[in-house]
Amino acid sequence: MDDEGVVRLDAEYDEARLSAHFEALLAAGERIEPRDWMPEGYRRMLLRQIAQHAHSEIIGMQPEGAWLTRAPTLHRKAVLLAKVQDEAGHGLYLYAAAETLGVSRAELLDALHSGHQRYAATFNHPALTWADAGAIAWLTDGAAVVNQVPLCQTSYGPYARAMRRVCQEEAFHVRQGYDMLHALCQGTPQQKEMAQDAVNRWWLPAVALMFGPPDTVAGGADARTAAMGAAVTRRSMAWGIKRHTNDELRQRFVDQVVPQAERLGLTLPDPGIRWNEERGHYDFGPIDWRVFRDSLGDGSLVARQRLAHRVAAHEDGAWVREAVDAHAAGGGDWREAA
Amino acid sequence: MTRRIRTPWEVFIRPRRGLSHQHVGSVHGADAEMALANARDLYARRGDPVSIWVVPSEAVRASSPAEKDPLFANAADKPYRYPEFFVTLHEDGDEQH
Ligand SMILES: [Fe+2]
Ligand SMILES: [Fe+2]
Repeated sequence: MDDEGVVRLDAEYDEARLSAHFEALLAAGERIEPRDWMPEGYRRMLLRQIAQHAHSEIIGMQPEGAWLTRAPTLHRKAVLLAKVQDEAGHGLYLYAAAETLGVSRAELLDALHSGHQRYAATFNHPALTWADAGAIAWLTDGAAVVNQVPLCQTSYGPYARAMRRVCQEEAFHVRQGYDMLHALCQGTPQQKEMAQDAVNRWWLPAVALMFGPPDTVAGGADARTAAMGAAVTRRSMAWGIKRHTNDELRQRFVDQVVPQAERLGLTLPDPGIRWNEERGHYDFGPIDWRVFRDSLGDGSLVARQRLAHRVAAHEDGAWVREAVDAHAAGGGDWREAA
Repeated sequence: MTRRIRTPWEVFIRPRRGLSHQHVGSVHGADAEMALANARDLYARRGDPVSIWVVPSEAVRASSPAEKDPLFANAADKPYRYPEFFVTLHEDGDEQH
């Protein structure tokens, strides 16, 4: 709302009082709004998360977008087009939320293009067949929903409001993806095999990467790194940005998705998955740092293609932006009734 | 003031007849037409909204948090502005009318 950016300190208030007020708002479960004073660390953590989230939405358009021209029917094509368009919209909701923290969208896009800010590495995996479009929507959008539902209550108002819009649309994404796989599983043996193949490819990116690194695991070779992850999560939860640990949300996702896979007659590619009566949850193979890192796909051919595609799209649109600015500078009639 | 393609606008939507326009978010646009088109694509993909307003963000005059007390403290020290402050109209409370 306010393009002046960060609120200037009022002379009457010293930082301690502002900080106490900020903490009191959080303690009362109130939202922080753009013009409120906030600690620099809170602003930075939010900005990083919202920016990464926004970048993931628009980079995430690519794997499914590649199948738009090859959708098997006009109906599936229209549905997929609507889904991919939603993802562009999610990016815009989130860039607008980030702008309330005093950065411009242009700066955020520059940071994405130069590699200074990241997007979810999930999308550094290729969508090899039509069934991948279904598996992506069912598994990665499904995982995104598990992350995003608690974010509707996150402490920063503009982020929470963006997430509420996103969540309303995500249910459609997951359902249409599941529907695509369901149709393939009712089809020929080859079609069902194609669905199984795609699920094999997208399971690990979804379960490992969509929830972030392990943050509750104790011990292990990478105990130090895991402890750092846990510290970031604790800080984020203290500020009310996150409401659950990565591992807690991961478990929630596995519990949801196992029965859904059974209904399709597909196998999730993890031999460790079995119902644990005692815990009341499904057990699954441990996502330790090695599994996490192995699934990143960092520096892979696909990762380079994703970014190159994004940069090319941006540069190809430069002449439009320049033409609009030139028109506006020449007295373009934004002031209808001047 | 010259607007550019990245000039921010605030978007207000009347979700259906009988309701007032509500703030839903913001878009960029070099003029009102572009802002309206962007707002339509972004905030009206579902539902059946009746109308959209776009307002240049710079035209919004905001109260600052430091003004909070003098601006919004009316209610706190004036409980008599609420009906509950007074004796009920019935023996059993306000349930029956
Ligand atoms: Fe999305
Ligand atoms: Fe989605």
